[in-house]
Amino acid sequence: MYRIDFNKLRFLICDDNPHMRRILRTLLHSFGAREAYEAEDGATALEMYSHYVPDIVITDWSMPIFDGLELAQMIRQPESKGNPYAPIIMLTGHSEKRRVTVARDAGVTEFLAKPISAKGLYQRILNVVANPRPFIKTKTYFGPDRRRNTTNAYIGPERRVGGEVEVMQQPSLLDKARTPV
Amino acid sequence: MKKQKPETIEVKSFGDHHVITQPNPLRKVLVRVPESDLDDPVARAEKALEGLSGEFKNWMTIEADRLSAAHAAIVRDGFTNENREELFRAAHDIKGDAATFGFPSAGAAAESLCRIIEHAPDIDQVPAELIKHHINAIQAIVRERTKLDTATTASKLSKQLRGVADEFLVKVNRDRPEHLEAILAPSIVPAE
Repeated sequence: MYRIDFNKLRFLICDDNPHMRRILRTLLHSFGAREAYEAEDGATALEMYSHYVPDIVITDWSMPIFDGLELAQMIRQPESKGNPYAPIIMLTGHSEKRRVTVARDAGVTEFLAKPISAKGLYQRILNVVANPRPFIKTKTYFGPDRRRNTTNAYIGPERRVGGEVEVMQQPSLLDKARTPV
Repeated sequence: MKKQKPETIEVKSFGDHHVITQPNPLRKVLVRVPESDLDDPVARAEKALEGLSGEFKNWMTIEADRLSAAHAAIVRDGFTNENREELFRAAHDIKGDAATFGFPSAGAAAESLCRIIEHAPDIDQVPAELIKHHINAIQAIVRERTKLDTATTASKLSKQLRGVADEFLVKVNRDRPEHLEAILAPSIVPAE
């Protein structure tokens, strides 16, 4: 049986609602986390993301000016100086299926619809820690593989075309990202 | 900052996409524990949340008052982009928070209001009474929770509001299939 050592994880919380930030902070601390930085808007979160290099980002969607979706899109810039691979958990009051798709297409790793529960949050964190997905880069998308279902039962057009051309090794972007600003 | 050593990322290139696999940078935080381990972080967190619950009524009142203030600004100045967004955000926050704070019916009424703001083709054409009833219902649910029969009444009230709002939205969106689809689609969150 595996458990997460939250003590070694650094979180960035982004939510404009102070009550929700307090709840998130309470939950993370009681899981055992010590480092949870908080931002009340997307722009501040992006700055803190570069500065603190969190392991996991938990963000609300609906915020004034610079929302959580834009934050996810800014983080998922493959050529950026920061770490574009950090897991992003979108915690939102939006509860429509089409919103899940939009979030997924912005590079969000996990979607958690409010009302928040300790169990739901723990499971999302466990999932990003224990089962990271490979990243896909296309002309229009950079983010975690959106194909979660690995069975061969899919029926429909093959949207990824082209045979494998090469496998190359490159230095970790994480290394670059972890360089102090 | 972390002390992790840099590791390599494997990039497989295909015709129109790359598949990038990196060694799991978070694997070190996964700790193997014996099956007999009794520590339950979720139960611990639920207990901590319970410890906060004494503040929930006050928080909910603050959220409901914010919604009323946003509505008052609209009554005073008419709809502007700014006050429309503030009304939506205030309702949206209640939609997300209210069940956690012990006011699920207020959350349901707030969700109904969010749907009106999001899907009405012209917010100025939404009957003012429809919006006002939502605001008043949320305020009433929050203020009157302590009464014994409140939970059932609150649930009935929010369901009725949702019914009226949906009827209005279906009517005004009959020529907007993408909105109609969104209005009629089931929520991914189980109903109250």
